[in-house]
Amino acid sequence: MIHFAVQNSWLIPLMPAIAFAIIVFFLRRTPQASAFFSISCISVSFLLSLGVVAGVLMDPAAVESSVTWFSMPGLTVEMGTLIDPISGMMVFVVSLIALLVQIYSVGYMENDPGYSIYFAYQSLFAMSMLGLVIANNFVQMFVFWELVGLCSYLLIGFWFYKISAREAAKKAFVTNRVGDYGFLLGILFLQIIFGTLNFTDLAQIIPTYANVGLLTVIALLVFTGPIGKSGQFPLHVWLPDAMEGPTPVSALIHAATMVVAGVYLIARAFFLFAAVPTALQVIAYVGGFTALFAATIAITQNDIKRILAYSTLSQLGYMVMALGVGGLTASMFHLMTHAFFKALLFLGAGSVIHALQGKQDIWEMGGLARKMPITTKTFIIGSLALAGIFPLAGFWSKDEILLAAQSNGFTGLYLIGSLVAFLTAFYMFRLVFVAFYGQAKPNNDPHESPAVMTTPLIILGLLSVVGGLVGMPWLSTNFGSYVYFGEAHHGYSLMIMVTSTVIALMGIYLAYLMYYKKTISASAIANRFKAIYTLLYNKYYIDEIYQWGINHIVDGAGRVAYWIDLHVVDGVVNGLAKGTRQSGTILRYLQTGQTQHYGMVLVAAVVVIILLLGLLDPSLGISAWGGGN
Amino acid sequence: MTITLNHYLLLAGMLFCIGLYGALAKQNAISILMGIELMLNACVINLVAFNRFMAPNHLVGHAFGLFVIALAAAEVAVGLALVLTVYRDLLSVNIQDFDWLKW
Repeated sequence: MIHFAVQNSWLIPLMPAIAFAIIVFFLRRTPQASAFFSISCISVSFLLSLGVVAGVLMDPAAVESSVTWFSMPGLTVEMGTLIDPISGMMVFVVSLIALLVQIYSVGYMENDPGYSIYFAYQSLFAMSMLGLVIANNFVQMFVFWELVGLCSYLLIGFWFYKISAREAAKKAFVTNRVGDYGFLLGILFLQIIFGTLNFTDLAQIIPTYANVGLLTVIALLVFTGPIGKSGQFPLHVWLPDAMEGPTPVSALIHAATMVVAGVYLIARAFFLFAAVPTALQVIAYVGGFTALFAATIAITQNDIKRILAYSTLSQLGYMVMALGVGGLTASMFHLMTHAFFKALLFLGAGSVIHALQGKQDIWEMGGLARKMPITTKTFIIGSLALAGIFPLAGFWSKDEILLAAQSNGFTGLYLIGSLVAFLTAFYMFRLVFVAFYGQAKPNNDPHESPAVMTTPLIILGLLSVVGGLVGMPWLSTNFGSYVYFGEAHHGYSLMIMVTSTVIALMGIYLAYLMYYKKTISASAIANRFKAIYTLLYNKYYIDEIYQWGINHIVDGAGRVAYWIDLHVVDGVVNGLAKGTRQSGTILRYLQTGQTQHYGMVLVAAVVVIILLLGLLDPSLGISAWGGGN
Repeated sequence: MTITLNHYLLLAGMLFCIGLYGALAKQNAISILMGIELMLNACVINLVAFNRFMAPNHLVGHAFGLFVIALAAAEVAVGLALVLTVYRDLLSVNIQDFDWLKW
């Protein structure tokens, strides 16, 4: 069974692909059958991925198999699978979260007119994401990379009758295209220089390649893909808007799985980045900046999903930063634990929104703790895990990242990471205290969600508690013994563990004082630092800056191009026609109708021809007529 | 003084130029036809003269000359018929009035 799963890992993305096709062609009119079929297929994928994980644990050596997709002189592209600890972990996480989210959706999307097609999109997404993580070469990865982008577009715009959803879908798609363009250029460079796009082959060639300057350019181009997909500054703008989609979609695509595709890409192609320290530094600082930048925005937002979205951006920044400082193990570990508790938080938020008929402003909630006990408990577990409280999942992975930053000499990033840990704890518990323990609102009638929705919450809650234990540094064989680049390392720093926990507790305590006890007035602080508050509340005006850029630079360029089209291109075409007409108008007066004029021209022409012939051919000699011979 | 080929050619050239002048400068259509006749006759003189001086044992030039005379007769017949027809419409034989095909 295990051997079968590892050898036939291509079946994992195939199952949801079948589900997608069957639902689209046969089950459109039977919603219940669609959901059942979709969940069955992803369950099979999940079982297979369990087999893959077991196989990887028994033998961590990479297993690769591939077939030729197409081939022409100088370019051979494969379709294949590469199973090693990194992709094994990803396959497990993606299929697990996809399965839980689909089960949850049965309750959340109930009575939605697009129920069947929703599950078709979910299956399509699962297929694309699973195909992405088991890809053994860049082209296959890029194809599935674009497919998950398409699914993201379809699902953000799922409620397309809302203008905001349409706009958000468009924004996500266009913003991603910017990053994908650089990624594609990087892939083309790799193909031109090395003649192969297979990860295993490239991993052997690249360390011996001498031209580090060119390699840096390639690495940075490839990195633009993750900047777009994983919402790193400055292409982060699409992710908060992506919350217009149904909440399970936000949980699956825009928190737990798709947005970490960028992080996964960096890890998968780490042989490329490891060869160019400059690129790694850029990655580290982009990630660190994004982590801090998004966390500061999150503390002022009021929409429950937007808070979580900025939290996701911040945590993605954490993972990217971890990769940049060389902590591949820490990054992948955080990716896994983050997938558990962020999916949990989003599904919990979905449960709240479902109970309040679509209200998303945390100040319109309040008093949910008593009415929705399961949601509240699991949400608090998720928040504690995200804040990094011992011994929940986030604690272990966050410490790994901080340790990687500190021990590799990035003290500045270590301090930023600690500050972000404080902010994270603060904004999460601001959300918890306001939404779950605040004053109950009279016109709300919340009720606990059905079991089909709370069961995934409980499972994810359990995983958020125990998921980090696999990475406990005291174990002789832990997460880092399988997922690593170069050499596996075991190490921990009690100092970092204690300080990060204290910092997180301080964040929680501050939130407790401000939003539960109200001994510190939040509005007074907001008033005192009005400029900063306004700046943060408006997300540093990045959207407005981009809008200004679009209005002035893009539209300006458009106007220039329009002018050129109108006056140069059309001008040439119209000018030719006009010139022909006008010369015709003038020249037609040569046709006098006078026969004798024509005769004159005829005679003159004959005379000229004879003279010319004589000049060109001396043997006919005009000179002979002039005298002489 | 002996008459040489050059004399004939000179005569033919002068005759041709007179005919050309008539054809291009006269206004009366009948006069123009006459100018054309003169040019044809200049050609015939050339043909006969060349035959006499360059190849006296052959009659090619003479034969051609006869053809040209026959052709000229036909041309005049057609030309006069045309002029007469136009005259019936325009009541004029002035070539400058025949400009219906201008721009």
